[in-house]
Amino acid sequence: MIAQALTRRRERRVLPGFGLSLGISLTFVSLILLLPLTSLVGQLSQLSWSQYWFLITDPRLLASYTVTLLAAAVAALFNAVFGLLMAWVLVRYEFPGKRLVDALMDLPFALPTAVAGITLATLYSSNGWIGRLLEPLGISVSYTWIGIALAMAFTSIPFVVRTVQPVLEDLPAEVDEAAMTLGASDGLAFHRVILPYLWPALVTGTGLAFVRSLGEFGAVIFIAGGKPYETEITSLMIFVKLQEYDYAGASAVASIVLATSLLLLLAINLWQGRFIKRLHGGRG
Amino acid sequence: MIRIGDAPRVRRLLIGVALALTALFLLLPLVAIFAQALMSGIDVYWQNLSDAYTLAAIGLTLLVAVITVPVNLVFGVFLAWLVTRFEFPGRRLLQTLIDIPFAVSPVVAGLVYLLLYGRNGWLGGWLDANDIQIMFAWPGIVLVTLFVTCPFVARELIPLMQAQGSREEEAAVTLGASGWTIFRRVTLPNIRHALLYGVILTNARAVGEFGAVSVVAGAIRGETNTLPLQVEQLYQDYNTVGAFTSASLLALLALLTLAAKAALEWRAARRETAT
Repeated sequence: MIAQALTRRRERRVLPGFGLSLGISLTFVSLILLLPLTSLVGQLSQLSWSQYWFLITDPRLLASYTVTLLAAAVAALFNAVFGLLMAWVLVRYEFPGKRLVDALMDLPFALPTAVAGITLATLYSSNGWIGRLLEPLGISVSYTWIGIALAMAFTSIPFVVRTVQPVLEDLPAEVDEAAMTLGASDGLAFHRVILPYLWPALVTGTGLAFVRSLGEFGAVIFIAGGKPYETEITSLMIFVKLQEYDYAGASAVASIVLATSLLLLLAINLWQGRFIKRLHGGRG
Repeated sequence: MIRIGDAPRVRRLLIGVALALTALFLLLPLVAIFAQALMSGIDVYWQNLSDAYTLAAIGLTLLVAVITVPVNLVFGVFLAWLVTRFEFPGRRLLQTLIDIPFAVSPVVAGLVYLLLYGRNGWLGGWLDANDIQIMFAWPGIVLVTLFVTCPFVARELIPLMQAQGSREEEAAVTLGASGWTIFRRVTLPNIRHALLYGVILTNARAVGEFGAVSVVAGAIRGETNTLPLQVEQLYQDYNTVGAFTSASLLALLALLTLAAKAALEWRAARRETAT
């Protein structure tokens, strides 16, 4: 039986290189990904539950969760609207400089986060190009949560644009036409016909932007200024604890950050999987 | 044919808002980097660039990229071959694991390496006894960069290779071709563009990584400062022009990355319309 099963399995593998590619992939994943991650588990296992609870509910840390979640939510919502607009304009309209604008959408992924960080901090500081204009209006961006949200929004711009764009490109022209010949207004037709079609991609892109914003560090720290209880993001708290050689504290916070992003990513994948299944008539 | 949003008024409004927001959020920061770098003139710019610490940072950054890009290229190709050409238990899990670096905050990536190789870490004692320095030295920087950039090549290749299927390669096997020949003559021509794109993304991230590297580098000037860390240190020293000078090099590389991506997409689109 077993021998039979093995040979059958053998037969299915017509192509060469299974052993080699499995060996290389497993070695790499174990050494580069899993071994370092288990060291986090090892560090945490030295803590009792009450110690762990004490570390992760420190008031200064709780304040950082609030700021991080709030700013990331605002950044993700901004990107949902901005990304949808950009995807629409880039797919539906022709205008001079379109290719340049399209290419620029990927800038936040190509530009190192520290460079984005110092640039935004300089632009929005009270004597920066934009900060100078906002100051008379009583709006300060630097060293506030608005600045944090701004930096998070910048680094996650490509997510929504690039997930919605291909779906919109595939939308058959008849869908538009049917809605319009039935006499629907632009707004109604978009809301009732286009938006439901784009919804899965829009939610996926917004979700990815949110996860990325939660973990963003380099772009945020310069504009945030790191005032305790006010503009400290959770990633920065890990950094601060490491500088104080508080490895247990840093690991406890890291476990929260890691678990949150993995759960969110899992939720996004499940959500996406459901829609792919529906599109392919039940076959995933 | 009538389409939604085709009325000239709607069209002009949407394009106008989109262009204004793009200029404000993307173009202006890009211009600001170069404006700040050149604020005190071109002579100061060159002076800042030829600063010994900046040159050392450029050298270290190149070293990191030269090691991590080929390693992740090889790993990405093998992983993509494995998960798209074979069925085996744990295939899904392996694909999920490879996404972890995308989800994790780079600071957490730095932390787990510090816990493993740092002085109080699992391997730290043994490394110390054998006088091997990984943390706060270049090997640590290379390792965390490998961690954060490992998904890029595989993520570009997997969907493409899945869509292409393995029929062509199977035909080559029946004709008696060896594994290497199949890869070089059949697979590689099909995945060339995606592979190149994956390499470009890996390189951009390897050169620009900040959060993870700043945890394990220890910020020793002229020794463990990569270019992004150098940018941070100069900025903290209130040397704005110096910081933006180093930043302008990274911005230039980002622009090259975008241009390469646009060129690849353009060629792919042209090939599609030709066939």
